[in-house]
Amino acid sequence: MSATDYRNLAISAGLVGLVALMPFYASGYVMTLAVTVAMFTVLATSWALFSGPTHYISLATAAFYGLGAYITGLGIDHLPYWTLPLIAGVAGAIVAALVGVATLRLSGVYFVIFTLGLAELIRQLVTFAQVQAGRQGFYVLTSISETMIYWQLVALAAVVWLVGWLIWRSRLGFALRIIGNDETVARHSGINTAQAKVLLFMVPGAAAAIVGAIMAPRYVYIEPSMAFGPILSFQVVIMALLGGTRRLWGPIAGVIPFTLLWEVISGNMPNQTYLLLGVAFLLIVYVLPGGFVGLYEKALHRWREGRAA
Amino acid sequence: MKRRTALKLTTLAAALSVAGLGAAQAQDVIRIGAAAPKTGGLAGGAEVTHWPAIRLWVEQTNAAGGLQLDSGPATIELIEYDDQTNPQQTIQAVTRLATQDQVDLILSPYGTGLNLAAAPIFDRLGYPQLSVTNITDQMPQLSQQFPNMFFTLGTTSAFAEDTVRLLAEMRDAGQVGNRVAMVNVADAFGIELATVARGVLAEEGFELVYDSSYPLGTQDLSTVVDGARNSNPDAFIAWSYPPDSFAITEQAMIQDFDVPFYYTAVGTPFPAYWGRFGEAANNILGPGGVNADDPRFQEFAAAHQELMGQGPDYWASATTYASMEILGQAIEDIGSVDRDAIAQHLRENTYDTVLGPISFNENNNNEAFWTVGQWQDGVFRGVASRGREGAVEVRLKEGWD
Amino acid sequence: MFIIITGLLLGGTYALIAMGLNLQYGVARIMNLANGEILVAGGLAAFWVYTAGQVSPILALFLVAPVAFAVNWLLYRIMLEPLVLRAKSRGALEVDSILATFGLSFIMIGIALMIYGGGYFNYSYLSTRVQIFDSSFALNRVVAFALAALIALALWLWLSFTRPGMTLRAVAVSPENARLVGIDVRRVSALAFALGGAITAMGGALISMFVTLDASTDGVIFTMKALIIVIMGGVGDIRGTVIAALLLGIAETAVGALISPGLTLAAAYVLFLLVLLFRPQGLFGRTTL
Repeated sequence: MSATDYRNLAISAGLVGLVALMPFYASGYVMTLAVTVAMFTVLATSWALFSGPTHYISLATAAFYGLGAYITGLGIDHLPYWTLPLIAGVAGAIVAALVGVATLRLSGVYFVIFTLGLAELIRQLVTFAQVQAGRQGFYVLTSISETMIYWQLVALAAVVWLVGWLIWRSRLGFALRIIGNDETVARHSGINTAQAKVLLFMVPGAAAAIVGAIMAPRYVYIEPSMAFGPILSFQVVIMALLGGTRRLWGPIAGVIPFTLLWEVISGNMPNQTYLLLGVAFLLIVYVLPGGFVGLYEKALHRWREGRAA
Repeated sequence: MKRRTALKLTTLAAALSVAGLGAAQAQDVIRIGAAAPKTGGLAGGAEVTHWPAIRLWVEQTNAAGGLQLDSGPATIELIEYDDQTNPQQTIQAVTRLATQDQVDLILSPYGTGLNLAAAPIFDRLGYPQLSVTNITDQMPQLSQQFPNMFFTLGTTSAFAEDTVRLLAEMRDAGQVGNRVAMVNVADAFGIELATVARGVLAEEGFELVYDSSYPLGTQDLSTVVDGARNSNPDAFIAWSYPPDSFAITEQAMIQDFDVPFYYTAVGTPFPAYWGRFGEAANNILGPGGVNADDPRFQEFAAAHQELMGQGPDYWASATTYASMEILGQAIEDIGSVDRDAIAQHLRENTYDTVLGPISFNENNNNEAFWTVGQWQDGVFRGVASRGREGAVEVRLKEGWD
Repeated sequence: MFIIITGLLLGGTYALIAMGLNLQYGVARIMNLANGEILVAGGLAAFWVYTAGQVSPILALFLVAPVAFAVNWLLYRIMLEPLVLRAKSRGALEVDSILATFGLSFIMIGIALMIYGGGYFNYSYLSTRVQIFDSSFALNRVVAFALAALIALALWLWLSFTRPGMTLRAVAVSPENARLVGIDVRRVSALAFALGGAITAMGGALISMFVTLDASTDGVIFTMKALIIVIMGGVGDIRGTVIAALLLGIAETAVGALISPGLTLAAAYVLFLLVLLFRPQGLFGRTTL
């Protein structure tokens, strides 16, 4: 590790620490928003770790999130709470590995469609299992406060960043960057592309499942149509792409403005959130193909050129 | 990672967004917030049951000069948010109402899941939660966890039990046979009701000849109806949601599924149900019902039709409206909008509502409610209830034509 | 017998949903994820003319089809053609068109909510009984099936035996070669996209006779079904689409009747996954129209 690496790590750790202190000075409303921001930060960042380099658009976030929420719902009466996010993480990683092995050979639109259907498929199976068990949703009655949820999410975000940073520096990260540029080249130069993709797909799978497990106490009542709501997957994709996936800090640059805008719009023009989502998608395609990161890089490039001249 | 500054911007943006509303606040206005679906899966039901009843009460109360407080009359300002049938948004909207709009009271959301999702926030922010469209058997646990959460529409068990008991009475009178076909939508509501009903059916000695569930959002229910019909039942019970209640009944008509006891759940008491099937819907049973001869209900229904442009449903519309009446009476009685006093008042008093008197027991539950209704010549009348008067004689369904 | 006929009737409506998408994806190379919203829009339009003017949904087809054709043609020209022109590869076009049409679908939901609100829409038309082999079926489903068959047949004849139809097929097989023999690929793509949109909207108008719709939640369900069918049947293969749609209809009905209605949707996805894994080129394995 170079000196810059240490410096960046120290700065990041400091910032995470500052953010973690928020509950001591922010109001209830800001905290509710902060929980949402923290949640989407984890989801979008981990999503971008996989989808950024591979260009695979995964719409499976809701599937893993719901899985995690259900693990909390199932386990809350039987196991100590702190074990549940861990179990969810492991379960998420395993399911992601299975899904990855089955589908990552597919490319482009097939993968998108399958992941879109995955949440629906899991939801149907969970529902069917519940019918067989004669049980409805699960009540999660705990004393876990919003502040505790927030801290867990911030800690998880820090872990995801660390993992992303380590991957970026590793052989795996290198392999993935090559896959993204040209899968055939990657394969010809002896990279096991399938294995690399599956490994990386496990990261957002585990992260989303943990987030689901952490968020479950906030909902009190877990049922399939809520836990597996597909809109979550779309929100994650749009936030990550809006921020840009080429840098580790890209997704959060999308999460914050999008969450705020969403909040302002749901507050003032409650019927127009779908329009917002739609316009954001079009914006990314037509105006901001690289997200805010792309914009930043362009500006940086221009500034450097200007200085050189 | 400019998270901190961005969060400061949040506060700024949020503050700006409500600045216009905040400035208008004055002593003679009571601000009431409501977050419920206007889009998403439950929007269709909320647009029939939830929103019109609330708006009607606000409109009528304001037209009558508002509520009488100690400080003089105060009009109602209603602030509405769409929670998109998404618990995440429900939580956010309720928090926004409390901390940014600083409303005096918040109305409980729509649907069991969303009501429960909002419960911890109501509790933490110190707002009483007078829930309506929230059917559960967990009231003792919930009211213990959230002391200011109240329930008005009844328990899951009561709906399932009364439906089966009604059937048992009809069987014992020799009107219907012993074979029952039951289907349910595979979500919390349907599964819970089917589970309770299954137990009571067995207890009452019924033969369950067809028992099946279908996923939420199933478009084609012809196989479900065909399966039920082929089992040659004497009674049919569907724990269904609005789109499926319509689809099942349509299929039952087409396949001439002729049983003397025919029950579909949510959506059946909607005026649109009669509008769609007309005479064919005669003697169909469903949840809820009202005392349609009660002049107070008739007055409510007429006002609903006139001011909202649509009739009320014959189940939770009146209960939603009654919940508003309860809040109004509590506020006038106390003389101010003191939330703790309102919660205490709810525990201790009996309220005079469009449904008749309502009070809450030790589990914060209203014990008097309608459980089964039946379409009888264009009106969905209550045929079974817990502690409500005016039930009419149940009739047998005689074919579809 | 009941299973097969119910399955066929269901499959007929699925075929309508999927044929339009197949034209758009197979010829115009646009994976249109707003397809379901176009369908819902067609359904809402039929609802509107029926409730406002008592105009039969079947007559409404003559209004819905040309309007949908024009709207989709404009959509293609304004929104999607720039993407086709700038795309460096088919993969890049796919990602762009997926994101753009997702955006489009959300915008359409937003507009539909503004106009219609979030409530349910249904009406009763031709819901009378028809006897086929001892079982009863709804007349509106049978009519929708017959019209679906008619539309499919007309489309197939047009594609097989007319000159414009042949240019469409040429573009479906290879846009590059089509260009070499003097076909205006951009015009043909726009035509195929618009035609696909018109067929989808007609499907929506027919389906609204017997399915309760709402503006915000149904589109994505129909899109998913259509995608499953198109991929099962083979991209660019109209006959494959029809057969796959009928198969899916029968499979869902059979699972519902014989195992449990709770597993119909799960069965559809499992079928889809199996096809993806073992025959990604589609059940019938050709890429010609």
